[in-house]
Amino acid sequence: MLIRYNKAINSALKEEMQKDPTVFIAGEDVANAGGSFGITRGLLDEFGPERVIDTPISESAIVGMAVGASSTGLRPVIEIMFMDFIAVCFDPIINQAAKMRYMSGGQMTLPLVIRTQSGAGVNAGPQHSQSLEALLFHIPGIKVVMPSNPYDAKGLLKASIRDNNPVVFIENKALYGMKGEVPEEDYTIPLGEAKIVKEGKDVTIVALGQMVNKAMAAAQTLENNGISPEIIDPRTISPLDTETIKQSVKKTGRLIIVHEAVKIGGVGAEIAAMVQEEVFDYLDAPIQRVAAPFTPVPYSKPLENYYLPNENDIIQAVNKICVGRQFSIAGHS
Amino acid sequence: MSQFSNDTLLSLYQTMVKIRGFEERVSSLFADGLIPGFLHLYIGQEAVASGICESLSKEDYITSTHRGHGHCIAKGADVKKMMAELFGKETGYCKGKGGSMHVVDVDLGILGANGIVGAGMPIAVGAGITAKTNNDGQVVIPFFGEGATGIGYFHEAVNMAAVLKLPIIFVCESNQYAEFTPRETHLPVKTIVERGAAYGIQSYLINGNDVLEVYQTMKTIINRTRNGEGPFLVECVTNRWSGHFEGDPQRYRPEGEIDEWKKNDPIKNFRSLLLSEYHIQESSLLSIEEAIRSELDDAEKFSRESPLPDELSTLEDVYA
Ligand SMILES: Cc1ncc(C[n+]2csc(CCOP(=O)(O)OP(=O)(O)O)c2C)c(N)n1
Ligand SMILES: [Mg+2]
Repeated sequence: MLIRYNKAINSALKEEMQKDPTVFIAGEDVANAGGSFGITRGLLDEFGPERVIDTPISESAIVGMAVGASSTGLRPVIEIMFMDFIAVCFDPIINQAAKMRYMSGGQMTLPLVIRTQSGAGVNAGPQHSQSLEALLFHIPGIKVVMPSNPYDAKGLLKASIRDNNPVVFIENKALYGMKGEVPEEDYTIPLGEAKIVKEGKDVTIVALGQMVNKAMAAAQTLENNGISPEIIDPRTISPLDTETIKQSVKKTGRLIIVHEAVKIGGVGAEIAAMVQEEVFDYLDAPIQRVAAPFTPVPYSKPLENYYLPNENDIIQAVNKICVGRQFSIAGHS
Repeated sequence: MSQFSNDTLLSLYQTMVKIRGFEERVSSLFADGLIPGFLHLYIGQEAVASGICESLSKEDYITSTHRGHGHCIAKGADVKKMMAELFGKETGYCKGKGGSMHVVDVDLGILGANGIVGAGMPIAVGAGITAKTNNDGQVVIPFFGEGATGIGYFHEAVNMAAVLKLPIIFVCESNQYAEFTPRETHLPVKTIVERGAAYGIQSYLINGNDVLEVYQTMKTIINRTRNGEGPFLVECVTNRWSGHFEGDPQRYRPEGEIDEWKKNDPIKNFRSLLLSEYHIQESSLLSIEEAIRSELDDAEKFSRESPLPDELSTLEDVYA
């Protein structure tokens, strides 16, 4: 079945709600209006106002409520309309959801999902365009998921809802209209399992979220130039599938990490550090990061275009560590 | 003799017409693809910002919201720089970095439209402390919608302002919706003024579609605030004629609602009143309307012709 990313998320919600009566949805404009991005459309009609709840504009209370409901037997799936707004509800995420299990010596279980939507590219300005995954990635006790296509979005959301931990599920607004094959039958994708999107031998490109698609576009040009990239989509950044990344680096000897968030303190920094700690001897060139500059996301088109990493930036980074470095004879396989 | 001077009456009319004209202009420029991003229009609510800001000077502070064009224009913002900002041009108020939701003019006391619901209120508390420190009779007005009273910011800011006795007037514009959700769905109270009572501050409920009622009530409250009697909470009941943002298909609207509201057009009503009750010459109104049209033509020309910012300016202004 060829469906869009937004529809894949909608059907994951619907199927999990059909399957498990403890799953419920809450958030701003999610019930009557079907969500600001139409993701929860139709769910109120099918499941009623007890299970699809329109809340006031109260991000802190929405997440805090999910902590309470999940620790007492329900499975809330709540929506924070823009990822930027998680800044408004950091306490319930960081001090409550992430630590309750630990602080209670393992007594409490918090099967909650925070669905949110991130990313630049639609001139939404500095408070509606951020990619803040690194802030959450840094916090032990929560899982962080970043699907890059409809198939993964559906399978990962189902796994997130069934998971017994707080999960932040980050949808990229630029991907809502993306089409992809999604099977009719039930499936899940385990959290913490990366996908090798494209096999290659010369350089490993680890890309997050919508950057996977930019990396795939760059791969075409690179192949034409005689460079074969291997592209990895971690799919969940916490937990991170370090094994798949290391195996790939052992094969290619080169690593590039691409994300939309600012480079400094980003997820790429952790991946680079992990790789040099654990498989340094296999590296033939310095690890490169392709990411946004250390600024807020600007509004105006030329500025936002400059800000967002693109295909060309990826190609340039690959050229920098491949061309003239005899990449074709590199490798340790 | 009317209790309002002709200057005041014409000034109120001028501000309302300018806001409406600006909003209609940017709405069509948005439809033509010349303005990107999110555009939240103030059409229908003009009497609120106009009636309030008439009694403010540029030393007074306001904080605004995602729906901020009206507040900024009423506080004296330059429509050229505002429109250029919406175009994302270098000559805009924020050099193209902010856009519609982030217009700022520090010299005019406009501490920013804001993309985070409720965020302006604690910022206003801070400006209130500055005003109190300056001891020059400055006042601070945070504008916000009824939806914003759901967020902790509102409760914390009102409470803190009350405890510290700050010169702040919290102005809630009840336009009947928060995004796509009608007020009954997200508010357990009939009025926002009931909430003021919980923090021990005096609260007033007024007709936000009647510019003279807004002007008169607020003039008194602003004066009392200048004299140290604040804070206050004022709820202005009004209507949002447009979608939540431009491009909103408004499936959630009951049929005929906007038509009904349009019968109570704050600008049309005031115009008739000026002619019938206050004996203003129609020619005066026509010349105001004409002057605004030409000011907006200039603003549009300026915005179209201004250069886009250089991409490297992305890296500037991050730190002082
Ligand atoms: C913290 C936060 N939550 C949610 C939003 C999304 N949002 C933008 S405007 C809005 C509704 C605001 O309603 P109200 O305060 O009544 O103002 P109005 O739009 O009616 O002027 C919402 C939910 C936001 N910008 N910030
Ligand atoms: Mg409202």
